[in-house]
Amino acid sequence: MATRQTRTLARTMMAPAVLVLFIWMIVPLVMTIWFSFQNYSLINPMMTGFAGWANYAYVIGDPSFTQALFNTLFLVGGVLLITVVGGTFLALLLDQPIWGQGILRILVISPFFVMPPVAALIWKNGFMHPGYGMLGHLWKAFGLQPVDWFAQYPLFSVIVIVAWQWLPFATLILLTALQSLSEEQREAAEMDGANAVNRFRYIILPHMARAITIVILIQTIFLLGIFAEIRVTTGGGPGYASTNIAFLVFRTGILSNDIGAGSAGGVVAVIIANIVAIFLMRAVGKNLDA
Amino acid sequence: MKLTPLFAGAFMLALAGTASAQTLTIATVNNGDMIRMQGLSSAFTEETGIELNWVVLEENTLRQNVTTDIATNGGQYDIMTIGTYEAPIWAKQGWLKPLDGLSADAEYDVDDLLPPIRDGLSVDGKLYAAPFYGESSFIMYRTDLMEKAGLTMPEAPTWEFIGEAARAMTDRANDINGICLRGKAGWGENMAFLTAMSNSFGARWFDENWTPQFDQPEWKATLDTYLSLMADAGPTGASSNGFNENLTLFQQGKCGMWIDATVAASFVTNPNDSTVADKVGFALAPDTGLGKRGNWLWAWSLAIPASSQNADAAEQFIGWATSKAYLEMVADKEGWANVPPGTRVSLYENPDYKAAAPFADMTLGSIYAADPTHPTVKPVPYVGVQFVAIPEFAGIATNVGQLFSAALAGQMSADDALAQAQDATTRDMTRAGYIK
Repeated sequence: MATRQTRTLARTMMAPAVLVLFIWMIVPLVMTIWFSFQNYSLINPMMTGFAGWANYAYVIGDPSFTQALFNTLFLVGGVLLITVVGGTFLALLLDQPIWGQGILRILVISPFFVMPPVAALIWKNGFMHPGYGMLGHLWKAFGLQPVDWFAQYPLFSVIVIVAWQWLPFATLILLTALQSLSEEQREAAEMDGANAVNRFRYIILPHMARAITIVILIQTIFLLGIFAEIRVTTGGGPGYASTNIAFLVFRTGILSNDIGAGSAGGVVAVIIANIVAIFLMRAVGKNLDA
Repeated sequence: MKLTPLFAGAFMLALAGTASAQTLTIATVNNGDMIRMQGLSSAFTEETGIELNWVVLEENTLRQNVTTDIATNGGQYDIMTIGTYEAPIWAKQGWLKPLDGLSADAEYDVDDLLPPIRDGLSVDGKLYAAPFYGESSFIMYRTDLMEKAGLTMPEAPTWEFIGEAARAMTDRANDINGICLRGKAGWGENMAFLTAMSNSFGARWFDENWTPQFDQPEWKATLDTYLSLMADAGPTGASSNGFNENLTLFQQGKCGMWIDATVAASFVTNPNDSTVADKVGFALAPDTGLGKRGNWLWAWSLAIPASSQNADAAEQFIGWATSKAYLEMVADKEGWANVPPGTRVSLYENPDYKAAAPFADMTLGSIYAADPTHPTVKPVPYVGVQFVAIPEFAGIATNVGQLFSAALAGQMSADDALAQAQDATTRDMTRAGYIK
């Protein structure tokens, strides 16, 4: 039990670090908010002065804004679904006593060490390109017309690439959780006649709930800002089919050199991220209370 | 993220302050001609005592880097490599120093620069950037496939003939596409091609009042022709094909025709890289009989930002790198075929160069066929053949490029793409103050 003195001491010692982190976070945020109310274009020196809400109206009024919002949520949801379900499945498999288990685990985890732009390039040219990609050749081998993935199913293709990258993370966390499950509990259930499905449903899944929550929360934070994979593969297109909020901010702020509108987009993105985070904390975060 | 340019600017200002007056910092693009120039530049240092500090970047990174630097008056560079798009815009904004010294230098012979390119780099008759290497676009085609189709390519074909030939050359069973054209979204990718193509159909980006023209029949004709040509005779996955992807397809013998940069001629005729090197013919970009051909005009050029503290030395270096003597030096060391093309009249009068580059005449003809001051059939308020020389164009055309790429991918109809392009461009032009 901490005394009042130790608590005060801890707070005093933590204060400098907290202060630095606070400044680290607050300065860019305040500057972004400031720029979002300014007419500020890098390439047009005539655009100056206070803009009011014009930058926000411009970003939210963008014909692709609604679709970008939908794409962002779909991207997060799709990747979460694949990684949580797939991660659980892989964790169960990797938990089995098999020969070469160590090497297999490293192989499963290895995509996580590939940098996002590199992973996207490999998938784009090595696998999914209709002319040169492995899938194209596979389709041709069966006498089928190769699928032009990034043109016909752009968002799905991006989801597959991102899910491939995040699956190891989910697997790793879930496997760790699985390994902390007491062997006696499993054996007891087995002796009581519970079959594999029931053991999974009533013993394993509840045990993994906290780990799944952590996977969902951490991944959501990162997935809301997916950018490199989109930039490398589809460039947000065709049309706006794979434009998410992060890419829309990039397009407005960097490609169009419109710092004011780009900043407004950044603020909108922060607000959306917070709404999603609050929703998630309420919906699934209660698992962490226990 | 927002802090970075400010800090970078301040840091670079500090650096510039401490740099020696005789050291030039040069930002350039990582293409072959520029890399060669970097390698040969020790001759300049030996001659003048001026040291050179090179920053070599990939094209898109270079663009973002130099735009940020010049717009924030960062002062990081003494010389920037820019294109014909940036030069007139930046010159008008007072961001570049005019190259008056070179214009007055008889030995440099500014009149020897190809007029369309010199005009594209000048504002009010003053030269603001010197062309290092220039290009237009033209048709590269397979002579064997053309013969097999029973057709003969005219020197100056129409779009109608190109359509007929492309469909006749297509042999899907053997993986041969009649025509390969850019489809990847971007102002310098599909929109470079489509804007140049639209000129030959009498279309224009804006009328004299800066009203977008995508709702006009000329744009509809352009996009319909492009889409049906690509549907009937284009490669799979065309909506993600840019210059490099089409180059590979052509070199692998998978394209009957390819309309793209004249610089590609040396790549497709090089037997080390191309499986069809000895079967390539060239023709001018197509037209529709309206007086404009569908070819563009571009030059990678060297310019001095107004913030440079070493303007005289910078101009001296630009004079060296874009001189006739430099061309001769490259020819001497690496052969005439490796000389930077498309900048000087005298090069195209040189029999040695013409013997080494069989596509030289067609390149020159294509460059002359593009007029940046009168790019389209109808009058326009802008300069530029495959772009509109206004600051907002890069952002606007990237957006329109996405829509046209979506139409090519079959994600939306041509009419929807044009309607959305009209709305988006009107919105952006209103925001930028062109439309009241």
